[in-house]
Amino acid sequence: MEWYVFDTWIVAVGALCAAACALAGSFLVLRRMSMMGDAISHAVLPGLAVAFLLTGSRTSVVMFIGAAATGVLTAVFTQWVSRLGNVERGASMGIVFTTLFALGLLLIARGAERVDLDPGCVLFGAIELTPLDVVADWTVFGVHLEIPRAFVVLGVVFLLNLAVVVFLFKELRISAFDPALATTLGLHAGFMHYLLMTMVAVTTVAAFEAVGSILVIAMLIVPPAAAHLLTDRLGTMVVLSVVLGVFCAAGGHAAAVFLPALTGHDAVSTSGMMAVAAGILFFAAALFAPRHGILAKGRRSPRG
Amino acid sequence: MRKGAGILCVFLFLATAAAEASADSWRDDFASVVLLRDYNTRLVLVSTTLLGIAGGLAGSFLLLRKRSLMGDALSHATLPGIVLAFMFAVHFTGTGRSFAVLITGAAVTGLLGCVVVLLIRSLTRVKDDAAMGIVLSVFYGAGVVLLSIVQHMPEAGTAGLESFLYGKTASMVRADFYLVSGAAVISLIASLALFKEFRLLCFDEGYARSMGWPTHALDVLMLLLVTLVTVVGLQAVGVVLIIAFLIIPAASARMWTSRFGWMLALAAGFGGASGWLGAGLSALAPGLPAGAVIVLTAAALFVLSLLAGPDRGVIARTVRARALKRRVERQHLLRGIYEVLEESGPAPHLAGDSVPLIPWAVLERKRSWSPRELRGVVRRAYRRGLVETMDRDGVRLTDAGARAAARVTRNHRLWEIYLVEYADIAPTHVDRDADAVEHILGAGLIRRLEASLPVAARPAADGVPASPHPIR
Repeated sequence: MEWYVFDTWIVAVGALCAAACALAGSFLVLRRMSMMGDAISHAVLPGLAVAFLLTGSRTSVVMFIGAAATGVLTAVFTQWVSRLGNVERGASMGIVFTTLFALGLLLIARGAERVDLDPGCVLFGAIELTPLDVVADWTVFGVHLEIPRAFVVLGVVFLLNLAVVVFLFKELRISAFDPALATTLGLHAGFMHYLLMTMVAVTTVAAFEAVGSILVIAMLIVPPAAAHLLTDRLGTMVVLSVVLGVFCAAGGHAAAVFLPALTGHDAVSTSGMMAVAAGILFFAAALFAPRHGILAKGRRSPRG
Repeated sequence: MRKGAGILCVFLFLATAAAEASADSWRDDFASVVLLRDYNTRLVLVSTTLLGIAGGLAGSFLLLRKRSLMGDALSHATLPGIVLAFMFAVHFTGTGRSFAVLITGAAVTGLLGCVVVLLIRSLTRVKDDAAMGIVLSVFYGAGVVLLSIVQHMPEAGTAGLESFLYGKTASMVRADFYLVSGAAVISLIASLALFKEFRLLCFDEGYARSMGWPTHALDVLMLLLVTLVTVVGLQAVGVVLIIAFLIIPAASARMWTSRFGWMLALAAGFGGASGWLGAGLSALAPGLPAGAVIVLTAAALFVLSLLAGPDRGVIARTVRARALKRRVERQHLLRGIYEVLEESGPAPHLAGDSVPLIPWAVLERKRSWSPRELRGVVRRAYRRGLVETMDRDGVRLTDAGARAAARVTRNHRLWEIYLVEYADIAPTHVDRDADAVEHILGAGLIRRLEASLPVAARPAADGVPASPHPIR
């Protein structure tokens, strides 16, 4: 197995995806709403289907808006169900996203002859194919660059997330750690909540179009959770989770390409391998983190 | 109430069915589905119904333990197990279609996923939700990696694996039926046999442990039950939609009752009904994926429960909250009038023509009521016969109103005296605290209050004690 320009693009797309997800995911993890990423990534299915059935076009902008809107709706419905019925938030999330997913399946089945949506592609993604969809063809300093569409989309989303996190860092921090204080300081708790949800929905949609819904969940939750074990400072945690995410992307793709080659197999799924890489990183963090790691805690405990 | 749910579902059933088929063939189709004439339809209907029952039972435990999304993590964590089992089966037997092997693999990694969630939660500072997300995505990712290896294997097709991901409800065979019935029977037996143990575990785990019960073993047993339902259901409705079976019927049942036994029965009923109706609908309208229709049926039942459920339903709670608000307002009015009359003499005479009308403005000042609000409160009191007139000048109590006012004021002051005597609350602060409880004091509690007060502070049988604080 050799490394091509192709592979560099895959890593670049994966890294951007991981970075964009880590920015939004850090606040999800701190607010104990990690499963919202999972719920949203499943629930965008009807949004995609409706956007397609209404406009008949498969242009990304329409699909993007439809999916992102359903993502935000998932958060709204979850809030409604849990408030109206006094239902625990996890359960109301489960009710909402399974229902929306089923609705999406139904819509796709009804319009099967017209809808060209593959549920498998939605669930697993096809990061290996992203470099094929080229949006711009530049030659910079004699180097020929074929920039993939996914790279541009994820780049824009990453910059958007970065802008939100940088400009609203203080607000996000207060509302993540102390919503009551945030309210007394005049921050609108509902606004911050839905801002975060919009961020997650947009990121999820942008990312899963490129890389599939599992990778989105893995990148939203696992690097921030690992970073949370490594540091007590929010700023450090956000930066660290971005770094860890990028590391997972590079390591995951390298493992997907090179590991099977050792035993003479073909390359395996990159998005799956990125999730596995993230899992390994989390496991290492859980064991060896300097203060919150299992080993460090074991040393501190009276039994030695 | 449940009859209403049934009727509504039949309507839904009929409406959709009617839209789907033309009138003639529709009658035949309908009859063959309802009467289970067709062998395959019968198999599918009975299987999904049983699966719904099993899912409702297992899901109730998850819901009450606030672990609903555990089913989510579990069902995703089965993927690597399924694929690994498939690879082993291909390697040793040459074919990967063995159902028993696949679900064993699914159960092993599914349960492993649950255990990892519990370990992450208890060993690190990562919370429940993140632990589930980590297990879900990493296990699923590992499954995808394995799947991409299998797809390169020349030995066998992956046909058996597809059905696990999206379900193949409409094409279930006899073996699936046996499996699903087995799972349903086991979950029913387990729920009945361990009813008391599971109930205590759901509501007070700490107490169960202090009683010497093996809570960890029970916990694992409960998760095993959920795993069983999940892996069996994967085949029938697919990896995402089995989550719905574990959450939605249980959440619907919770709207109707607060009793554990009833909740289990209702959840099983709702699950079974969704399975039956959903599969029936999709049999009537070919082309509708059965798994999705089942979930949407369950969701429709949930919305109905959310609105109409007598225990936690929106309507019931709104009505209860409104009734309480009305009662509190009425009692405030009565006590307000009493206090105004009391100012004019030591033992006020409350009703009758000689008692002066109380002007609106005086009452408005009593509790920051707006004129509109006060008019509304007085109008409702008038309808109950507590107030005699409500003309331009003011308000006068009827005999019934006078008795009620004295009783309400008496309760309020008994509680105030009690707080001053026993809770050491300053007399100037006691008014507000008494305000919070006086409306829900029962007759028995009032008697105990009277008995517990020192003799000097105890009022006569129907006398109203003096207020321990100056009245505004």
